[in-house]
Parts: sequence; C-alpha cells; structure tokens
Amino acid sequence: MTSTTEPVEPLSVWQLSETTLLRFATAGSVDDGKSTLVGRLLHDSKSVLTDQLEAVERASASRGQDAPDLALLTDGLRAEREQGITIDVAYRYFATPRRRFILADTPGHVQYTRNMVTGASTAELTVILVDARNGVVEQTRRHAAIAALLRVPHVVLAVNKMDLVDYQESVFAAIAEEFTAYATELGVPEVTAIPISALEGDNVVEASAVMDWYGGPTVLEHLETVPVSHDLAHCHARLPVQYVIRPQTAEHPDYRGYAGQIAAGTFRVGDEVTVLPSGRTSKVSAIDVLGEPVDAAWTPQSVTLLLEDDIDVSRGDLIVPSEDAPATSQDVEATVCHVADAPLTVGHRVLLKHGTRTVKAIVKDIPARLTLDDLSLHPHPGQLVANDIGRVKVRTAEPLPADSYADSRRTGSFILIDPSDGTTLTAGMVGESFAAPEPVKDAADDDGWDF
Amino acid sequence: MTTTAEAAREGTAGPYALSHLDALESEAVHIFREVAGEFERPVILFSGGKDSILMLHLALKAFAPAAVPFSLLHVDTGHNFPEVLEYRDRTVEKHGLRLHVASVQDYIDRGVLRERPDGTRNPLQTLPLTEKIQAEKFDAVFGGGRRDEEKARAKERVFSLRDEFSQWDPRRQRPELWNLYNGRHAPGEHVRVFPLSNWTELDVWQYIAREGIELPQIYYAHEREVFARSGMWLTAGEWGGPKDGETTEKRRVRYRTVGDMSCTGAVDSDADSIEKVIAEIAVTRLTERGATRADDKMSEAAMEDRKREGYF
Repeated sequence: MTSTTEPVEPLSVWQLSETTLLRFATAGSVDDGKSTLVGRLLHDSKSVLTDQLEAVERASASRGQDAPDLALLTDGLRAEREQGITIDVAYRYFATPRRRFILADTPGHVQYTRNMVTGASTAELTVILVDARNGVVEQTRRHAAIAALLRVPHVVLAVNKMDLVDYQESVFAAIAEEFTAYATELGVPEVTAIPISALEGDNVVEASAVMDWYGGPTVLEHLETVPVSHDLAHCHARLPVQYVIRPQTAEHPDYRGYAGQIAAGTFRVGDEVTVLPSGRTSKVSAIDVLGEPVDAAWTPQSVTLLLEDDIDVSRGDLIVPSEDAPATSQDVEATVCHVADAPLTVGHRVLLKHGTRTVKAIVKDIPARLTLDDLSLHPHPGQLVANDIGRVKVRTAEPLPADSYADSRRTGSFILIDPSDGTTLTAGMVGESFAAPEPVKDAADDDGWDF
Repeated sequence: MTTTAEAAREGTAGPYALSHLDALESEAVHIFREVAGEFERPVILFSGGKDSILMLHLALKAFAPAAVPFSLLHVDTGHNFPEVLEYRDRTVEKHGLRLHVASVQDYIDRGVLRERPDGTRNPLQTLPLTEKIQAEKFDAVFGGGRRDEEKARAKERVFSLRDEFSQWDPRRQRPELWNLYNGRHAPGEHVRVFPLSNWTELDVWQYIAREGIELPQIYYAHEREVFARSGMWLTAGEWGGPKDGETTEKRRVRYRTVGDMSCTGAVDSDADSIEKVIAEIAVTRLTERGATRADDKMSEAAMEDRKREGYF
C-alpha cells in the first residue's frame, strides 16, 4: 500500500479554514469513464484513505478480480454492488490546500435526466465527459442541454480516453469546437475543454507528459481556480422568511426577528424593504448573523432581519428591497423536469414549494414537451412522464413572488409535491428555458414556443 | 467587482465569498430552521459525541437569542463513557433543555433484547430508538450523520423519509433539488434530518476549533487502561472487557468517535490540544470509522443494513 501511505503535505490551520467551497457535478454515460475519473480525482488528490482502499481490495479479491475495482469506492449500496450499477446521486467530498469540493456523482443510467437535474441544481460547475473515439454524441448534447437549462455557470468538457486516439490534438480540437459551438448556442456562459485520460491519469490531477500541445489547466487545477459565487451578492436581494424568532424573555422582551438564508443579493441596515405577498413596507433596523449584529449580509448567509415597524411577517413571506421587488402572480409559467414515476397531467392538483412557501396549485396546461436528443418540441403532450422536460403553466391558490430562474436560481425555482403522499413530483424553473434567444431551429418553428 | 472575481480566481476568500466553514454553517442553520418551521415535534439525537455537540451548537446559533425549539434524545447503550454522560447532563442543564433517554439496558432487563455473543450493543440501539420515536410522536429526528463517514451514508438525503417502521429504502428516496427540502410525511412516518451531511471529519474539527466548543476529554490524548481486541484499543471496564487471554496496559490514546465502549476503539495519539488533533487528522490515512468502529467491519454492507432497519 505504498501509494497511499506516503505522507501528505500538512496544511496550516489557516489554509484549512480560509479555503472556499465548490459544488460540482459530473455527467457521463455508462462507458465513458466517469467512475474512473471520479476514482482518479479522489485517489490522486489523496482523498481515498488506506482502510477504504483496503476494503475495495478485499471486495475485489473476493469477486476474483485481479486489480482493485475503483468503482467499488463509489458504489455504496448492496444492490449497486450486486448488479454493478449506480442507483442514485451520491455526494463525495475531497479537499486540496486551495479549495474544498462537494461532488454530486450522478449515475449515467436510464434515470439520468432527473438525476442530472438533481445534481446540477446545486452545482456551480458540471463536468461533461466525452469518449474521444466517439466525439459529441446524442448523450453529450443532452448533458449540455441540462446544464444550460439548470444554468450551471461553468461547464467543463472532459474529452476522455485520449490514450485511445494516440493523444492527437486534432481529435480533441474538433470535439471541443463542436461542443463549444453547441453549448454556446444553448446559452452556456463558459466552456472549458480539457483532453484527459482518466485511466492513465493524464490532465486529471497531474499534467500530461504526452500531450505537450495542451497548455490549459488540468481538471483539478480548473476546479481549484474557477470563480465561485458569481457576483450573486450583487443580484436582486431576496430573503425568504423561514422562521420568526421571538424570545419573549426578560432580556429580550421585544425581539422579533425574521430568520432565513439570503437567497440572492445583499441586505444592509437602513434598506427600505417590502414584504411579499402582502406588500407592506418597512426599513431594516438591524441584521444578526447567527447572534452577532452586522451592517450588511449577503447570499448564502443565514441571517435574522429586524424591521423598524411592527408589521405582520411570517414563514413563507419574501423580504425584498422596495425598489427591486419581483412581480407577484398566481399564474406561473415554467420549464420543468418531471422526477416522479407517476406522470404529471393537466388538471393535476399539487402543492408548490417556492422558497419557504408551500401553496396549493393546479396544473393548467402542459404546452410542450422537449426532446433533449434533438431539442425538438412536441406541442401539448397531455402529460409528462419521469425524466421528461417540458413547459408547464400552473395556477397557484395565492400570489407567488417568483423571479425568473435566469435571474435567480434560488427564487426562480420550485418543486411540485403530491399532496396525497408527499412525493416530490417535479422540478420547476420559472420563465424561459435557455439563455440564448432562439437556440432551437427546426421544430420550434412549428408552434412558436421559444425554448 | 473585479477584486472579488480576482480573489475568487486565486481560490481565496474575497469580500463576498464565504469560507467553506461559513458556507457549511449557513447551510446547516437553514436546515434547522426549515425543520422548526415545518414540523410539530422535532428532536435532536444527542450522544455527547462531537457531531451531536456540533449539531446542538448550530441549533443554538440558529435560534439565538431565543431558545432552541427542540428537545434532545439520547439512546443510552448502558456502556457509555462516564465522561460523556457527565458532559451530556451538564449540557442539558446549562441550556435548559429537555432530555429523553431510550435505554438499551431497560430492554435487556425486560427480556425484549438479548445481549449479543460479541458483547457489542450498537445494533441493539435500533429498537429502543424507533420505539421512542413512535411513543413520543417525534416527526423529525436530527442525526449527526455525515456523508463522508461511510458509503451507504453518501447516498443519504438531508431530509430522509422513514416509514412507520422507521425503515430506510434507498431506492425510494426523494430527489433533493436546490435547497427546497420536502418534509411531507404521513402520520406515523417521520423524517430523519442530517444537517451535517456535507461536513467532513476535518470540517467538524476546524469548526470546533474556530468556535471554541468544549468536548468531552476523551477526544484528546490521555493515559488510559486499554486492551487489544480485533486490532483496536478498547477501554477496560465493567461492560465486559478484557476477557481471558486479553491483557490491559496503560497507553496514551484518544478517541475519534464516541459510542458504545464495547465497539469504539481508541487510537494511539499525543494530540492533547485541538490544534494537534487537527494536524493529526489532516495527515491521517485512516477514516474515523475504519480506525475506531468494530461494528462497521462486520460486513461490506453493515451500515446500510442497520440504516434500513431504522438505525441512525
């Protein structure tokens, strides 16, 4: 076990505490080497500890395999190991001196759309894997479309298995060019293409010795340096009220604070604010960050706002700057991904959770279903089944202060819930789906739905 | 804000970038407040171990200056470290909290549970825990489980629905989208909530250092009577060790986890301060469970099997 027992550079306590956090997701189909890439990232960043590797070696040996199967590091459930498949999104953790990482490891199997949507919903970056021998295929376009839909700010195209195409620059360049053109058309703001061999370790953690024509970062270097938080502190300020804190003690007889996690933007003491949906206005008189008073706070801090006036504010309300309030409406149009096994149909009565507010709602119309393979639209499909992405119109029982998902991933998103058994049915994104004005050329012309 | 972008590009904290500890803290607080807002009778599982101590600390911050709107539940195996029980009672007293205890010893005394031949009581905790949840009608149960601990836990949701038998079905988990947690449940069902899901062992220790949180002394290096069993140092005591052929010796050790004395091992260590503990963990080549938990080594799916039955 010499490879894992060599000492790691000790990090100073300062280094360990001041690093930032990057959440990212991987996307890839079954045979493109996703497990190998994840295993390589974990292993080469020294995040696999001796006892974990020993357990994998024991399990591999008991199955009669010659070499340790690194996929066993990530396949955690009995059924997964028995069937050799990955069932569900798993979250993995590793760190370098520069940054800590939360990786949403999404399986490439049949349920990929909902799994990738789940993983991408919290990700700031997605790694899309392509087999260098096959280039951009249907599956790649699907992954790019989902990353664009979910507005993942950074996309990495990892062109894998470069060892099997003799590490040719021309092969990589052609794939990178084709993918970048496609992704840009969908509105993906940034694509970084990296030629790798996950199996050989080229350009994953260590720079490749054989692809000297490539001057860019390795996958890990890019993960370590890509900017996080994207100026979200400068967006429209939004605080969904989670809980009203009222100590009613001798020490704090009149304290009434509105607790929540700032979904976007910055709040400052003195800001004029409006409480939605009631529309009442007041001023921020104080801000507490977990018990400590501050002058300003920003996303994603969990805070408590205190207001000058004693107005009625409760869980589910949204506090916003008075000069920058979203429109409230009982009619929500959104792009959705259906994640439940039972279909979503017109007339379906559901619960809609938006921020901290859950309201009754009814599905009024399903104007279109999107085929991710070719981005074609099918008008009025009647229903959406598991993994479908489509356009939905929902009428809510109370007015909803929703932003466009393009402006705010937090206050522009919602989930639909089955009121009878609590199943999470659908992931919703308010407003237009893709950032580019007219990314769909062929089928979209038929019915005028501008996806 | 060029400065922010540049600072972020360097991987260091810019004026609007939260450090990873602040980001984890904020997320955990959000989870506590969601539960307070959506459930009737939440409870925090509290063992006196570092993860549950951290949970309580975060809950105190989440509702400050008001009191924590949750009670505590300890599943008492009867084989606890005395220092930990003392810590538990002192903490409950200090914060004016209500403590529920589910006692494994009671179940053994009543003949409902039988002592296992290997002496470990960890698997015996499931029944007292789940019956207590039902009896007290708890609808949300906070656990300190982290996804980095074990591969079955890597698959666990932050809000994890349990049926009326407290069972976990990994194939029927709800997708968790954005930070929109779905806590809907039928009567008799409950939700296990894991606010520390995204923390690692090192994060926990760094946060404890940053916040100056007091821990039971067994987490720091000290002299202790131990004996070797299955490659681990176990504390000698009335719980049943050492047996024939096992001899005790005095060693300088500390604990990385706190659990039942019969299956929680100590590690050789000179780390008698939090700085030394962090330095030790930063370079360790063993996971905390691999180093100190006998019950997880029983089979490849030991944790998953126990979780399915209702274990935390």
